[in-house]
Order: sequence, then structure tokens, then C-alpha cells
Amino acid sequence: MSTSGNMANGMRLFADLVVKLGTSTKTNDKLEALTFYFAEAEDADKVWVIALFSGRRPKRTVNATQLSEWCLEMTGWPGWLFGECYHTVGDLAETIALLLPEPARVEIVGGEGLSFYLQRLIELGKEEESARKTFILQCWEKMNKEERFVFNKLITGGFRIGVSQKMIVNALAKTAGVSASVIAHRISGDWNPATTSFSGLLNEESADLSRPYPFYLAYALEGELSSLGEPGEWQAEWKWDGIRGEIIKREGEFFVWSRGEELMTERLPEYQIFKDKLEDGTVLDGEIIGMKDEVSVMPFAALQTRIGRKNVTKKHLSEAPVGFIAYDLLEYRGEDWRERPLEERRKQLESIVSAVGHPLMRLSPVVGFESWEELGAARSMAREKGSEGIMLKKRSSTYQVGRKRGDWWKWKIDPLVIDAVLVYAQKGHGRRSNLYTDYTFAVRSGEQLVTFTKAYSGLTDKELGEVDAFVKRNSLEKFGPVRTVKPELVFEIAFEGIAASARHKSGVALRFPRINRWRKDKRMEEIDTIEDLKRLLEMYGK
Amino acid sequence: MPLLEFTDKGIYCPVGDFYIDAWRPVPRVVITHAHSDHARPGSGQYLSHKLTVPLLELRLGPGSYQAVEWGEATFINGVRVSLHPAGHIIGSSQVRVEHQGEVWVVSGDYKTEDDGLSGVFEPLKCHVFITESTFGLPIYNWRPQQEIFTDIQDWVGGNRAEGKASVLIAYSLGKAQRLLSCLAPETDRIFVHGAVWNVHQALLNAGVVLPVVERVMPDMPKDLFKGKVVIAPSSAEGSPWIRRFNPFEVGVCSGWMQVRGNVRRRNADAGFALSDHADWKGLQEAIKATGAEKVFVTHGFQATLARYLNELGIEAAEVKTEYGEDEEGATTDTAGDLGEDKAGEGPTV
Repeated sequence: MSTSGNMANGMRLFADLVVKLGTSTKTNDKLEALTFYFAEAEDADKVWVIALFSGRRPKRTVNATQLSEWCLEMTGWPGWLFGECYHTVGDLAETIALLLPEPARVEIVGGEGLSFYLQRLIELGKEEESARKTFILQCWEKMNKEERFVFNKLITGGFRIGVSQKMIVNALAKTAGVSASVIAHRISGDWNPATTSFSGLLNEESADLSRPYPFYLAYALEGELSSLGEPGEWQAEWKWDGIRGEIIKREGEFFVWSRGEELMTERLPEYQIFKDKLEDGTVLDGEIIGMKDEVSVMPFAALQTRIGRKNVTKKHLSEAPVGFIAYDLLEYRGEDWRERPLEERRKQLESIVSAVGHPLMRLSPVVGFESWEELGAARSMAREKGSEGIMLKKRSSTYQVGRKRGDWWKWKIDPLVIDAVLVYAQKGHGRRSNLYTDYTFAVRSGEQLVTFTKAYSGLTDKELGEVDAFVKRNSLEKFGPVRTVKPELVFEIAFEGIAASARHKSGVALRFPRINRWRKDKRMEEIDTIEDLKRLLEMYGK
Repeated sequence: MPLLEFTDKGIYCPVGDFYIDAWRPVPRVVITHAHSDHARPGSGQYLSHKLTVPLLELRLGPGSYQAVEWGEATFINGVRVSLHPAGHIIGSSQVRVEHQGEVWVVSGDYKTEDDGLSGVFEPLKCHVFITESTFGLPIYNWRPQQEIFTDIQDWVGGNRAEGKASVLIAYSLGKAQRLLSCLAPETDRIFVHGAVWNVHQALLNAGVVLPVVERVMPDMPKDLFKGKVVIAPSSAEGSPWIRRFNPFEVGVCSGWMQVRGNVRRRNADAGFALSDHADWKGLQEAIKATGAEKVFVTHGFQATLARYLNELGIEAAEVKTEYGEDEEGATTDTAGDLGEDKAGEGPTV
């Protein structure tokens, strides 16, 4: 619903974009909406849109409590009623936009742009609370519902509207007429939207030394292995369950990026050793992972607790040292190597890793195989090695941008499964607001039930509807948004790994738990027990 | 003994020995409107508004149906019963029950905005008011019908410009008819799903004047639908039936579309918050206009609305009923979409 009119109000244009992206179900429509936006909007606003949709948002200067209070002040509703609304909508920014009274005057033309509001919100950080309140109430008063929603979103952060970085990149590539991989590289890394101009971001060769390359990601293998052709054309490696990362050494500076485009250099003091050992102009792709001893790795849970820490002590360093399993070489002696074939990159990578010569940097071992059958046999050993399966890479493949089919595939091992019963349900957020879609599951422990995991995805919309109806009819108790449900529905829960956890009642924490299928054929009495979980922990969690 | 009681079969009048919108078969029942969660099969004698009767015949089959006009008094075992416009769908009525000077009103489902089709909601003075609460949260504030119609017309026009069919998802009884006056000026041909067609015919036969629609038939050529409008129930969403309109856009017309998450969950291309239920403001106004000393709140956000009314000083209590439940799996042509405009809260335990 793009109403034309060249007196573009920046905020209205942005609100239109968000509405369009939020409702369109087709990638092409979204791409079109983004392209339209990039063609119409002010440059300063575009920079912010790129930043926001790639997860760079300004520090919060107004918190959720303040926003809620000011909304209550304007509407006069009691706090509990606001809470009910919030639980139903599932999003604070939207709840407030829906509750605020109709604006007295909506400025149709000449309104300020997106960048104005964002700059003001940043400045508010240095101002008194009363100034923040005045500004926000003034904004609310002159905005319509959609503008209020996006404005509130700017404050609360997090636009989850189904736009991938790839889509942004493609839309920009289309508008700017530059290739997607170049754009992807330019907008990644550490840049500040408040001080970066659109032309500076896209058109000038920037001197940002920290800028990483976008990762090449694999799809899960589809169909038979034999469909890949000759085994000899492929290189197999273990798939490790850590954090995908990129190590960059340029002009004496050293950076570590995670796949989430988070700069992790400070969190990984171990890696400083690499800084001295790597040549300038080197970029490595690999896995950031906890190292147990010379050969084996630690489960993801150990890495997770370590990475979550702001301050890393000596004890952490000795107990859970984090290493790097090198997969690929993206830049060598300042030159982009991504277009070279894997074979060539790998060969150079081998000599780089051996030159570093440190136990915390390992070369990703190649899994030898002559036939696909042999590879299948190797894969069945993956879990014992602490790996989650096999990566298959064509020896001739270039290093591409984003998730692509064809040259790289991941072939994961089958997940672990356990049958469990649904005991708690909570309403979902966003797309699933107003439906009970977030579930907690339990296994048996003697006569009792012990909760051991939450799981979200995995059911079809139709099944979700059925479970939702069951929850509504079979609630035993209500604790705020959570309902205790009659233990009756049995589900098969699949997960990738298991680790001991003192934080959970069951004593275990699962990796990537999800609902595998609804076991309508099973009754509550037939679910698995805590002993079954402990057995899995014993086998795979140590 | 209260004039009306809440039983496991429905709302019951012990003095008159009859039920209102019973959800189990009973000897005698007064029906507020023909949606399937209010009008259920298997009862003995039905009493409803004259425009509800043909719909009951369509949906429940032959039976003993007594038709009355709005405002017409019927005495059942000495209890005075009369029906009054509820503004929800065609034929929808509030039930006013009076005995020895005491008046109770059962709202059924209602909306306070005049949709030009369902009759204008009539505020009734009463001692006790039993109200629905489908949209009983202040986030639900409807825009005027005409504004939403304009949005729908713009959307249809945009789709036509791109050579696409506009498929509007609407309840086959109620919303589908309401949309016709919005669509008729915008397109030369309106196509409808069989479920909508059946209701349409029943209403035409009962003398209701409605714009012309055409039933979608299997042998219709594909390009017939290019740029045209189709009205279908929600059971058609994502079904093979809908693919014949390709290329098309789907627009869902429902009060639930007020919340973005619901639009996305439905995978709709567009959501129009067009509801046949009262919004928060409508509920408040309707309740206050009754002057009731006591309010019972049924299906919807009953706990929330009851608590809020109590805080305003209006004595209110929530009641568990079986109204407002979705009929899942009902996807056949005529039985499909009997479920009402409900996707939210079921009864609270």
C-alpha cells in the first residue's frame, strides 16, 4: 500500500516499508519494497535502515518501564489492563501504538525523517528524564498508529520483520548498481550509522580494517549422496558445534568476528597469541570452540558460559580454553582469495596454520573417504568426536556469500530424541502472539514429572491451533502468562546435544531442542524417564 | 431463583423452562443468531428472528423453527421473551427476558456500529446484562466501516492494476454479505466460494436484497478471475481450491487483524480489521446504556472485562460458556467456516 506523493515524510515512508515487509509473504515483494524505499528515501535515513535491519541499533535511552508508564499516563488505563494487552499483542511497541488515543493532529507532509528521530533519541541519553518524556509524548501526539509503532520500535529495538541481511544486500545492490558481494562486505563490520554517510558507506573504498567478509553458509544436504557425483570431487570435514568466526589481521590490528557480526576480540584473550603469529592481510574462517585436550573439543554449553562472561579470569582460561578450528582462507597478503578454488585456499591455509604452530589453532581435519558408503560410516562416528556431522565442500568451489546451494552441503547426524509430555504453555510473540505456542516439556521421574526443556518450533500451524485449543480447555492453573496444562499430549523432542546443567531441575541442558513430531499414538504413561535422559548425558554429554 | 442460570447445557430460564443458545440438545431454545457456536443442532423447538430461521434451516436442517419480529413479545410459561437487534449479522438479536418486573438481556454477539445490513444495535434497559467480550481489550478500537471499506477498495484496485485476483477471506455468514456493498462499486463481477453462495441463496430466498454474486465453478476458465474479487471462508486459505485464482493476493477481514502478529500468522498479504463484534469502546457504551445492576461477561476476554467493570463500580462476573470456540477441521463446502469470528481466548478455567 504505497501511497505516492513526493512530499515524502521520512517517518511515513519508513512506516510504510515496515508495514509492507511485515505483511508481504513473498521474497520478491519484500525486495521490491526495499528497493522502492532505497530509491525514495533520504540518504541519511537509508543509512539508518541498513543499520537497523542488520542489527545495529542505538543504545536504549528510554526503557520499557518508562514507555509503559507514559502510555498509561496518556490513556488512563490501569497497569494490569496494560499488562493484559501486552500479553495479547506480544510486543511492547505495538501495544502502546494500539492503546494511545487518536492523534490530535497528524502531520502529513514535511515531517522529520527517520535519522532525525534516531539522532534525537541518541542525544536524549545525555538529557534529563523530563526532556525525554516531553520529546516522546510530543512525537506520539503527531504520529499515526503505524508511525507510532515504528517510532516505539526504534526505542525498544529489534525489528523482527523477516528481512534477512541478504535481502537488504540485494536491494542495495539493485539500487546502487554494485555487486551483492561487494555490498555485503561494505555494510558488514564495525561502522556507526550516526557518523556514516550513505555514499561513504557504499561508494568510497573504506579504510575500515576490521571489516569481515560475509560468511559462506551451507544448506542441509537434500536427497542422496550419490546425487553429488564423484566422491573424489569433494572434500569432507567434520561439522563443529561452536561459533562460526572470522579472524582478521590487517596492518598490525587484530579482530575476531562471530557470525552474528559481533566483534568478539575482547572476549577471547587466548587469541592474542595469533595476533603476533599471523601475517598482515590475513583473514581466516573457522569455528570458535572450547578445547578439551589435544584432540577433542568441549560441548557447546561450556563455550556458551565462557562467552557470556564479560571478564575472563585465569581460571576460565585454564578450565575452558577457547580455540579456533580453521576452515578456510579468505584473504592472504591483503588479497581477496574468495574467488580461488577451495583446493588452493586449503593448501595455503595449511601452511598458515602450521606457521602459527599453536595448539589452540587447529586445521579442520579432512575426513578421508573413497566412496559415499565409507563417508556414511565416518558420519556415524561424528557424535563421539563431539561433532554434529559432516561438511561437504566441492574442491573446486569458490567462497561464496551467504547461504547457497550446490557447492557446500552440511550433512548432520540424526538428532537425539526423547518422548515427553507437555506441562506448561505460554503465548508466543510476534507472529504467534495470542496463541499458546511456547511449551515446556517433562519426562517421568518415578511417579513425578520433571520438566527438562522448552521447545518452540516444529509444529505446523494447524497442529499449533490444535494444541492451542487443548491448552485453553485443559488449563489447570494460571501463573501470569503461563498456564499449567493437564499432562496428556506427548511429543517427540529432538535435540543436537546434551550437557550437565546445575541450573536446570532435571540436571541437563539440551542443545537446539525442538518438537520433532506429535506422538498422538502415545499416551502419557509411555513417555521417557529422567533415567533415559541421564543415559544420553552419560553417552554424549561428557 | 435467578431469572436466568448458567448450566452445562447453556443459559437456562427455570421459570420459563427454556434455554438461550444451548450448546447441548434441549427441548426448547431461543437462538440469538445462526453462527454455529450459538445455534446448534438437535434441540426440539427453536425460536429466533425471522431472518435467522432460513439460516437455521440451511445449517441445521429441517426442524421446528418459530420466527418472530424484533420487539414482538412471546410468552413462554408466563415469561415474556422478545428479540431486539444486536447488529452482529443478519437476523442477530439480543434476547430480552422479563418476569415479574425483572428484566435480563442476553446480548449474544453484537456490534454497536451500524453496518447497513444487520439492523442497528438497540440499547435495552435491564437489571442484568449478559454480554460477550470477544474484543474486550482496549487495543481493539475499530475504525469506521467506511474507512476500512476504502482501504479494501484501494487494495482491490491495486491488485487489479497488477492483473491479480483479490481473494477476501471472510466468514461466510455475516462478513461475506457485509463486504458486498463495499465491493459492488469496485468490480463488475464478484465470485464466491460455495459456502458463501449457500448463505447468499438462503438470504435471497428470505427476501434480503443483496448484490449479485457468482459461484466459483470447477469449469470456469482461469483468466476469468483476473483482476476480479473472490470471497471465500478461511477454510479456503492455503487449500488447492484457492490456487485456481493465481495470480492472486489474500486479504483477511477480521477484528483479529488489528494485531500485526495475527496478520503474519495467517500468512495473509493484507489484513483488514473489520469486525462484527463490538470493540472495547462499543462494549463499554453498550454495557453502560443498559443501566444493569449486574453484568455477566461471557466468551472472549471475560476475566479482563469483568475486572475492569468491577473497578468502574459495575458489579460484574465472568461466566464460562461454550461460545466462541473455533470449529476445527470443518473444511467442507457448506459445513466449512461455521466457526465464528473467533481466534482468540477460549473460556478461562
